[in-house]
Amino acid sequence: MSELTGPYSPFSSDTPEEEGRVSRSVVPRRLIQEVSALPPFQTLIDDHAGDVMAVCRGAVGRGDADDCFQETFIAALRAYPQLRDGGNLRGWLVTIAHRKAIDHHRARGRRAVPVAEVGEVAVTDPEPEGDIWAAVGALPPKQRAAVTLRYAGDLPHSEIAAALGCSPEAARRSLHEGLKRLRKELA
Amino acid sequence: MRDSLNRLAARASTEGLLDVAYATTESPFGPLLLATTPKGLVRVGLPNQDADGLLLDLATRVSPRVLEAPAQLDQARRELDLYFEGRLTEFDLPLDWRLSKDFRRKVLRAIARIPYGQTRSYTQIATRAGNERAVRAAGTACGTNPLPLVVPCHRVLRSGGALGGYGGGLPMKEGLLRLEGILDS
Repeated sequence: MSELTGPYSPFSSDTPEEEGRVSRSVVPRRLIQEVSALPPFQTLIDDHAGDVMAVCRGAVGRGDADDCFQETFIAALRAYPQLRDGGNLRGWLVTIAHRKAIDHHRARGRRAVPVAEVGEVAVTDPEPEGDIWAAVGALPPKQRAAVTLRYAGDLPHSEIAAALGCSPEAARRSLHEGLKRLRKELA
Repeated sequence: MRDSLNRLAARASTEGLLDVAYATTESPFGPLLLATTPKGLVRVGLPNQDADGLLLDLATRVSPRVLEAPAQLDQARRELDLYFEGRLTEFDLPLDWRLSKDFRRKVLRAIARIPYGQTRSYTQIATRAGNERAVRAAGTACGTNPLPLVVPCHRVLRSGGALGGYGGGLPMKEGLLRLEGILDS
């Protein structure tokens, strides 16, 4: 690991120092991840905050997305130093976002008024913007999660299955059903 | 998104999860990287140093919980601004010395006591740090100073009065010595 002990020395003045400015792009992020198992947490934010926010929007809706986003990154920050494998940080964050969305829905469910019959219905109302994520928000929970993780989180089927706690086939089926429904809604 | 990230940094700080906060600040010599722990300023990166490399080093040696959180560095930025304007001669910032150990830390503490506008030789600093023969080691300590400017290693010159070296490049060392009235401008 670089000790950074030798970028300069008072005895090396014969070699002219190269003049330059703080260059944040000199070391590519990819290289940093290869050199160190755990890069500075800020690189996770720089690289993946947009995706995490998209997953949160898809999973809990625009109004509560920022809460989900905050919970996700605070949980990630808490766990980060103990993380064993820095190989798939994006997938790790998206999976945490998914869990935080479930927590959010549970909390909301506890506050909800009991009804006589519980069906496979949307957990939030479609939002007024009329964009595609509003339609995603109106999907049943499993389909919504599968669509969000696939298209906002860009997770492969295997990781969606892991996040949903089902088989890859079931994940694929939820995704398929969700997309079918979306096509019908948005047609 | 900016608001969300500011909220995140603030919450990380109140929950004790902000082990290293950093920010960049402008200087007449180019942008500086400033990093602090809850204990105090831990790293100052000069314009010609690779900021990504410095942050990676902090992630490895201090904690990987490294976040950009400019609010945590307001005081340091204010004092550095005043210093570059020639309106501040002594920094009053809590420092975290953890990146230097043993003799090197003694050297840096000796350097921290050199008053504004004065210089010392590497030999004098080595003596102050408790080993007059360790001149070369004193030089290395200057060269690896994690807190340049605040720990003013630019005030350390060779015995004959030659400038020696500087992490930020010799033009920066000359500029700082001019700013402090040590060299004629």
